[in-house]
Amino acid sequence: MQFIKHLKPFALIELLQGMGLTLRYMFFKKKVTLAYPYEKGQVSARFRGEHALRRYPNGEERCIACKLCEAVCPAQAITIEAEEQENGLRRTTRYDIDMLKCIYCGLCEEACPVDAIVEGPHFEFATESREELYYTKEKLLANGERWEVAIAARLEQEAPYR
Amino acid sequence: MDKLIALVESSLFIIIPLLVAVAFLTYVERKVIAAMQRRVGPNVVGWFGLLQPLADGLKLLFKEPIIPTRSSPFLFLLAPVLIFGLSLSGWAVIPFGYKMVLSNMNVGILYLFAVSSLNVYAIMMAGWSSNSQYAFLGALRSAAQMVSYEVSIGLVLITVLLCAGSLNLTDIVLSQQRVWYVIPHFPMAVIFGISALAETNRVPFDLSEAESELVAGFNVEYSSLPFALFFLGEYANMILMSALGSILFLGGWLPPFACIPFTWVPGPLWFFMKMAALLFVFLWVRATFPRYRYDQLMRLGWKIFLPFSLIWVILTASVIVLYQAITG
Repeated sequence: MQFIKHLKPFALIELLQGMGLTLRYMFFKKKVTLAYPYEKGQVSARFRGEHALRRYPNGEERCIACKLCEAVCPAQAITIEAEEQENGLRRTTRYDIDMLKCIYCGLCEEACPVDAIVEGPHFEFATESREELYYTKEKLLANGERWEVAIAARLEQEAPYR
Repeated sequence: MDKLIALVESSLFIIIPLLVAVAFLTYVERKVIAAMQRRVGPNVVGWFGLLQPLADGLKLLFKEPIIPTRSSPFLFLLAPVLIFGLSLSGWAVIPFGYKMVLSNMNVGILYLFAVSSLNVYAIMMAGWSSNSQYAFLGALRSAAQMVSYEVSIGLVLITVLLCAGSLNLTDIVLSQQRVWYVIPHFPMAVIFGISALAETNRVPFDLSEAESELVAGFNVEYSSLPFALFFLGEYANMILMSALGSILFLGGWLPPFACIPFTWVPGPLWFFMKMAALLFVFLWVRATFPRYRYDQLMRLGWKIFLPFSLIWVILTASVIVLYQAITG
């Protein structure tokens, strides 16, 4: 019996099994390639993409300039300046995010008491210069308008877990 | 003079289809490996990516050939030319069909063996003259590996030669009319196949390239056309090895059975079909196996293949002597 055990490797059985596996893959398995710019994969509801500042349905800014996001931001990417408006409400005059410093950890979104700053599903915002990635309040509010439907749906879906 | 022109013409009939075959072998390789890894492979340039090899070739042609300052330029540029020339010159003795051979030499197989051994020099030249650690290590590994596996390939050839009784490749094919050598010498055919992988530096014996440890092996410093020549040489060698395999073990241009539906197919077509099948195995193996460790490679060559093929040679020789003694 000992003798037969030593003969077994000479039959290359394991190697043939491996080759059989790759051959089966070649003929019977579905391809998994995504032709990326034309086809896109699914984005999770918890995905942390490009930031957006949201408004209430009546058009008023949600952000109350509490600066919790600025305080929690581990990369110190957020800069906020605030002032009291004529109607007595406290609102930001400046809300900048340096997208190059940002590490997309999502802590700003978690810290926000009014769901104003959120990270949306959008991730294809590469630019040709650094300057374009220093986001201002206007840019962030515009993002909010652009992605509001998707962001609201995602917040709704994730609400039970927050 | 006329004879020389005729010779050049007929060698062009081999070289040009060979270069086209090499180009499309790279395409087929990428497609086959992609399919085995559940990917699509090249599909952007031309229909089903068929023009991809052309695009790659053009890209390489238009790149700048860089010669490192610390290299020795003459040897550096000679090496790719040598490797490419050698991989083409082997084809002079390959018979594509009955009497369809450029030079019907009586020492055909010896010539082929000599030419493929010379590849080691080109690789050593490339590795040494680039004056880079990676290239040098790759060349050392490659040389040791090719020399080791030539020993077992040599013994495999001897078994076939003992049965065929000739060094002429046409005669070797003709002696397989009754039965292909792959049937009586099946273990030798397997050893030949594995040694051919090692001889052409293919996965799982691609230690001379070993992307993960040596960047690209002996050809790290090469770019542009010199690199393209290395690439063409490597793939032409692969095709040459599969041609040799189909001549030695699969009966060259002979049909599997000498009866009517098989004899309708012309001989060269059988030869190409056998070559294609062997090339597919090359690619299949590449898609399946991880790289050998260097000491494992040496152990396999010297401690397993060498004794095994030596025993087989002695066995074959004894059987032949016995047979001759009985039949007188």
